[in-house]
Amino acid sequence: MTGNMLRWELNAFVGFIERQKNLYRRYWAWEGVWLLYNLVSVLSIGYLAAGLSTLGLEQGQANLHQTQLYLLVGALLWTYLSLVFFEIAFAITWERWEGTIEYTFMAPIKRLTHLLGVSAASLLYGIARTAIIGVGVVLLFRIDLSHANWLTALAIFAAATLPLLGLGIFTSILPLLSPEKGEQMAFAVQGVLLLISGVYYPISVLPGPLHLAGILSPLTYTLDGVREALLHGLSLAGALPDVAILLVMGIVLVPASVWCFGRAEERAKRLGLLKRSG
Amino acid sequence: MAIHASELNTAAVEVDGISKRFGEAGRPNRLMPWRKLKKPKLALEQVSLHVETGRITGILGANGSGKSTLIRILATLLTPDQGTASVFGYDVVSQPDDVRRHINRVSVEASFFKEMSPWENMLYAARLYGSGGEGTRDRVEAMLERLGLPLDTLDKPMKQLSRGQQQKVAIARSFLTSPSLLLMDEPTTGLDPRSKREVQELVRSIRRDRAATVLLCTHDLQEAEVLCDRVVVIDQGRVLAEGTPAELIRAHAGKTDGSLEDAFMQLTGKRLEEDEEEKEE
Repeated sequence: MTGNMLRWELNAFVGFIERQKNLYRRYWAWEGVWLLYNLVSVLSIGYLAAGLSTLGLEQGQANLHQTQLYLLVGALLWTYLSLVFFEIAFAITWERWEGTIEYTFMAPIKRLTHLLGVSAASLLYGIARTAIIGVGVVLLFRIDLSHANWLTALAIFAAATLPLLGLGIFTSILPLLSPEKGEQMAFAVQGVLLLISGVYYPISVLPGPLHLAGILSPLTYTLDGVREALLHGLSLAGALPDVAILLVMGIVLVPASVWCFGRAEERAKRLGLLKRSG
Repeated sequence: MAIHASELNTAAVEVDGISKRFGEAGRPNRLMPWRKLKKPKLALEQVSLHVETGRITGILGANGSGKSTLIRILATLLTPDQGTASVFGYDVVSQPDDVRRHINRVSVEASFFKEMSPWENMLYAARLYGSGGEGTRDRVEAMLERLGLPLDTLDKPMKQLSRGQQQKVAIARSFLTSPSLLLMDEPTTGLDPRSKREVQELVRSIRRDRAATVLLCTHDLQEAEVLCDRVVVIDQGRVLAEGTPAELIRAHAGKTDGSLEDAFMQLTGKRLEEDEEEKEE
């Protein structure tokens, strides 16, 4: 790629981030509602853990606090992961709904630029929104993070970005292939990820096939690693296996998802699926 | 994007034997045998077309005649089943990136983010087409002023603009990207007479001021007659006739003082007004 072409693609990449920022700003009321919804969901999980003792599940104050932390970190991470996943996976649905899908697909830019631009905006927005919820959680539950190893948590978080993009791009293919049912299928994928990735429990409690699916989910390693880093101060060296697994998954998933998206786009053009309403 | 000197001698659009059919005449779905098979619909059949650089060429046809399918193929949004199509010598299937750098499209539906303002939509378009830096706001303001849009509309959400205003923003957006070939798919449909006249004047100015080629899909006979250098009559996916409006009237109207409407009726056996009435029903 020549310098001019790279500048062209970078300019478009910035354009997608700008566009998403403008959309978040213009839909501020909805974004506010979703932020509140996420905050309430995470707080509910926190209070559920706090209320375990009143349900006769007394396990000692220290264990209860650990359980609460375990669930809260899971809920907080799921808020972030599901938000980023949702934003990337629904990029196509969103454009179809707005009626701009043909305009964007007709633009003289690489599809990779399009997908990475939307993904970058989603990551930035996801981090900002989760940080707001995180502050609320820390203030309300007086979480003890004195043992946390933030560097390790950050390393795992960063490594998780790649496979998360890959999963999002893979799922965004569904609305491209099926204008009528793709959106519902994307929601189903999100639900399955919640079930198998150990958001609120270790995946060891899952039955055989679901356990196996959990082992294959990159979100499992993200949740495990970040939890260990925040709750037990896992060292960077100790987290290397998880980081390596996430990087390998990302290196496989991102190119594979972009390639599959390209094939899906070809099919959509052959069948005339890029229209406004399908 | 400017046309290279070598491209000036090339036809703006060359379509050769294009066919397109929707709905696969396939086998029953094994997984979901209860699903009804869709009857295949022929949208284009063996369409050939030659559009010269710097002209306004009209594609005249009723609803469902295949006009929009042709435009989508040229815009690289659809792949033909058979035949080839090229824009300034670039094949729409094998060289879509080169084609996209030369075209823009104004469609009958306003393709905008409805909550975003005209400025935000145009900035997005500018970024996709290699600009968007300093000076873009000034260019956009000058363009909208020229189109007669009040500048206070620039930062309002698109959904608050009238359909005529939205269509003007769509045309301004296409100007912003300086296309060599502008694909206009019924840009005046649904507009009030005044907005329609203003948009038609804009189309004229595109050729006059920018030396761009315009491919204009319309079912408005008067519009085709006053705007187009050449007209291609298309019906049920087939090209029936091609020529200047005067040539078509002379050859097909069947009387000396005939109109393009007479020629269209002779060629297709239908009136476009009937088509409009059917659509409304």
